[in-house]
Amino acid sequence: MIERDAFGFFVTLGLMVIVVYVTRIAGYWLIGRLVIGRRLRRMLDALPGAIIAATVAPALVQGGTRAVLALAATAGVMIVVRKDFFAVVAGVAVAAAAFAYGL
Amino acid sequence: MTAPPPASAEARWTFAAFRHGAIDVLPFVPGLAGFAMAYGTLAARKGMTLFETLLMSASIFAGVVQMVVLDSWPQTLTAGAIAGIVALTALVNARYLMIGATLRPLLGGQPPRKVYPTLFFLVEPPWLMSLRYYSNGGRDPAYLLGGGVAMYVVWVTTAIPGYLAGAAVGNPKQFGIDLLVPAFFVAMMVSLWRGPRRSWGLIVGALAAALTEFMFGGFWYLIVGAVAGCVAGVLNDD
Repeated sequence: MIERDAFGFFVTLGLMVIVVYVTRIAGYWLIGRLVIGRRLRRMLDALPGAIIAATVAPALVQGGTRAVLALAATAGVMIVVRKDFFAVVAGVAVAAAAFAYGL
Repeated sequence: MTAPPPASAEARWTFAAFRHGAIDVLPFVPGLAGFAMAYGTLAARKGMTLFETLLMSASIFAGVVQMVVLDSWPQTLTAGAIAGIVALTALVNARYLMIGATLRPLLGGQPPRKVYPTLFFLVEPPWLMSLRYYSNGGRDPAYLLGGGVAMYVVWVTTAIPGYLAGAAVGNPKQFGIDLLVPAFFVAMMVSLWRGPRRSWGLIVGALAAALTEFMFGGFWYLIVGAVAGCVAGVLNDD
């Protein structure tokens, strides 16, 4: 997929590097020049969760029963143990087991 | 010493503080290593070379950006697709605007030639540790740099075993590897969950993304989901 267009890959990567570095320095640079108000703060607070939720949702829609079981196991273990490592291992194990059962 | 001692807010940038910062982020290493391995596995499945995989980690050093972008990498890189990836990158990392702003007390007054390279290594665990360090009276900015560099080394190197595993596995579904990234994100969502009344952003983002994916496909579901979740978050009362 990426191999076919190495040039495009490096252009895209270069742009991403610039954008990521700008977000890292801009907050430090801007403060004092711009006040982060309540609305902007709430928006920035909501962003990570919204993006992560948006990434997962289609996997659930497309993955069927196997994905639902695996991700439910992950969420369950995470709620109880609060260690993301164990939660992910549990989810992947359930996904592998579901595959073995033909789901 | 003939030179007068520096003013109280002045930088020391000692190696002791650098090492202190690196030690204090150690509890985050297992989670970070697992995340980096998942990234390496995903990169291998997407057909990236090991060089490209490590170059991306070393130059971007932002786990969620790398995962989200790679997971939705388009079949062909048109100008529109590249613009979409760049917009997505900015959205995912916009939270750093707030993170960077909170570092003014620790880094303010330091020379820019030291501050701006240090900010390249800015990630959340050393940031959290630095806030604690500062509130406990710590004033040496090398603490932040130490934590960031420690995370950086782990992030880049532990992607290698993940990549090798991903390249070796024939059918990723057999070992559940295709659900590795979603599983990591579900675990993060559990940590971000603040109860149904304060998590509109999560709920609306997920629903909007699922709907967009269902109707249009492609990777626009991410941008639509992120923007919708963000708007919902603004309307959400604390």
